[in-house]
Amino acid sequence: MTLTAETSRPSATAAAGRVRRVRLLPRVAPYLQAAPLTVTLLLFLLVPILTIVAVSFWDYDSVRIYPDFVLTNYTELLTSPVTWKTYLNTLKYAVLTWAITLGIGFTVAYFLAFHVRSTTWQMVLFLVCTIPFWTSNIIRMISWIPFLGRNGLLNSSLISAGIIDQPLEFLLFSDFSVVLAFVHLYALFMVVPIFNSMMRIDRALIEAARDGGASAAQTLWNVILPLTKPGIAIGSIFVVTLVMGDFITVRLMSGGQSASIGLMIANEISLLQYPAAAANAVVLLAVVLIMVVAMLRVVDIRKEL
Amino acid sequence: MTDTRTPSKSATPSTGVSRRTLLKGSAAVAGAAVGSGAITGFPTIWAQNIKNVTLRQFGTGVSNLNAVADKVKEDLGFTLQMTALDSDAVTQRAVTQPKSYDIADIEYWIGKKVFPAGVMQPMDVKKIKNFDKIVPIFITGKLTPDSAIAQGTAPHTVGFVEGKDSTKFAKAPTEWMTLIPTIYNADTLGIRPDLVGRPISSWKDLLDPAFKGKASLLNIPSIGIMDAAMVCEAMGEIKYGDKGNMTKEEIDKTLKIMTDAKKAGQFRAFWKTFDESVNLMSSGEVIIQSMWSPAVAAVRAKGIQCVYQPLKEGYRAWGGGLGIAKHLSGLELDAAYEYINWYLSGWVGAYLNRQGYYSAVLDTAKQHMSPEEWAFWMEGQPAKADILSPEGKVMEKAGAVRDGGSFQERMGRVACWNAVMDEDRYMVRKWNEFIAA
Repeated sequence: MTLTAETSRPSATAAAGRVRRVRLLPRVAPYLQAAPLTVTLLLFLLVPILTIVAVSFWDYDSVRIYPDFVLTNYTELLTSPVTWKTYLNTLKYAVLTWAITLGIGFTVAYFLAFHVRSTTWQMVLFLVCTIPFWTSNIIRMISWIPFLGRNGLLNSSLISAGIIDQPLEFLLFSDFSVVLAFVHLYALFMVVPIFNSMMRIDRALIEAARDGGASAAQTLWNVILPLTKPGIAIGSIFVVTLVMGDFITVRLMSGGQSASIGLMIANEISLLQYPAAAANAVVLLAVVLIMVVAMLRVVDIRKEL
Repeated sequence: MTDTRTPSKSATPSTGVSRRTLLKGSAAVAGAAVGSGAITGFPTIWAQNIKNVTLRQFGTGVSNLNAVADKVKEDLGFTLQMTALDSDAVTQRAVTQPKSYDIADIEYWIGKKVFPAGVMQPMDVKKIKNFDKIVPIFITGKLTPDSAIAQGTAPHTVGFVEGKDSTKFAKAPTEWMTLIPTIYNADTLGIRPDLVGRPISSWKDLLDPAFKGKASLLNIPSIGIMDAAMVCEAMGEIKYGDKGNMTKEEIDKTLKIMTDAKKAGQFRAFWKTFDESVNLMSSGEVIIQSMWSPAVAAVRAKGIQCVYQPLKEGYRAWGGGLGIAKHLSGLELDAAYEYINWYLSGWVGAYLNRQGYYSAVLDTAKQHMSPEEWAFWMEGQPAKADILSPEGKVMEKAGAVRDGGSFQERMGRVACWNAVMDEDRYMVRKWNEFIAA
């Protein structure tokens, strides 16, 4: 606005204007630098989310949706026992996957960071961890099916080894197989941030702890664990949000027998019930945001980054 | 582009080469023009610009066959682009993106949802050459004049609208047809005869405790509920007014029985796609399940026994057809009619019949099939020679008999059609509860 005012004035004040422009630039520059990201986020994040929120209040029938303001989508969703059961079920998957990936992630990262001495080997082994990611996650998931099936590799080798005489039915199309697939898919999301945090720990601290007479367990608990909290928090956010939003893993690995919220939304979308799906998505978003905020309350990740 | 640029360098030695390429190019164009025009049996449109027409067809996987698109290019000269989606996605796209397709290849129950949305135009039956020869199931609902009309969304109930611009389905045949039937079949349960250990004769066998943990049902609500209803009716638990249009109580009762069975561990899995059903069956995870005819063929092709078991309560039938999008007009509309007339003229019919489906006009399809093929697929007689698939692979050895027998025996024993119910929204919610239970 100041620029337009300047141009209208005669050239006598141009020098003064130039001075002001120079002084203006440093103040405007940060906003200009932030603008691309702001615009991107507005366009591709905020607008779609607001649309979803708006649509969640619309009415629908089997083929069309009608702009309206009704609360039926939310009342139908929140009063249905299925919703609660599905949320509980999804939370169960999230908690189990989180606990197991945390255990695996922490152990692997600890081994890489403190037991492998040379940086070259650290990097080599770290890259080995990423090998499963070279194939698509659907392939990685589907390959479990022939392995775990009733006549699958595992059951047939257990039977021929004489350990069992009936195939183990729980291996496939069960909660077991769902959690197994989740852990397989998402363990690396835990390993990477924890490994990163551990690498930043000043080795002098560990030597100091040892000099002070701390046992290995005490060092782990009182020195390493507190300092890797940000990594754990970031990994947890990845794993929990991914599991909460998943639908394909649950569908394939449970043989369509279990429900997750993502699957519920996918079903509604496929039946053209967009407003119901939108309401469901809004509730899911709120739940996941609450979970993330809770995690950030426990660990201040910015302090460490 | 190179052809036009090189001759401008007039007297250089390269002219000879460029002239030759130029000649070669024009010969190819001429050849293509002759080739595309010569074979068509339908000289309705002789406009050369029909070659520039591209029709975009989308639909469910069953009839979106590349072989058909290739043959269209060869016989009619224009391009047919095909997109295959699952039935839910087809419904969605048909309604929400009506400009994204020219021809919709949809099932009749999908048509019942899509047509009232006003995104398609009915077809003038006067322009359909073989209209009189279409199997009467699609016109009057009766295979023979004295057969009973099946329950559900029977094709003839949504096959016609009242007028050119109407979206209201007509009670009796009119001159305006919504969908031209292309492909249909009678579905039943697939079984592994080597593993079930006893003869299967009724839909209720799906819930037989002997098959605990070895049964499966398809998880497409509008079709799955019908299979469930066939089971409940066979058990004698529920007597339905119309299985294709249940009341809320009927839906509740049906899904209660299914939920109890699920909680007791009757089902191994629920499947949603063709290949899932094939894998469940061929791996032995499941030995009895709702299945589609080509899936049974696919299991058998792996050398694994699989029977498409006829059951005493009858079949659940489905049918699809071609419809024209509302926005089509002029040359493209002519091309669409041309395509539909070609579709009914026999080549596609024979192709579909050889896959184990049925085609809408049987007389023309018969002309494109060998007598042995016709006897095996349509008359239920033992195969006199090896039966080949359209791609030339052996499907059945000589001596085999089609499961369920002849066309009359199979299509004459349809108990209900795939349907969309008035209580659709309620049913879907309850179905989701069943899956989540």
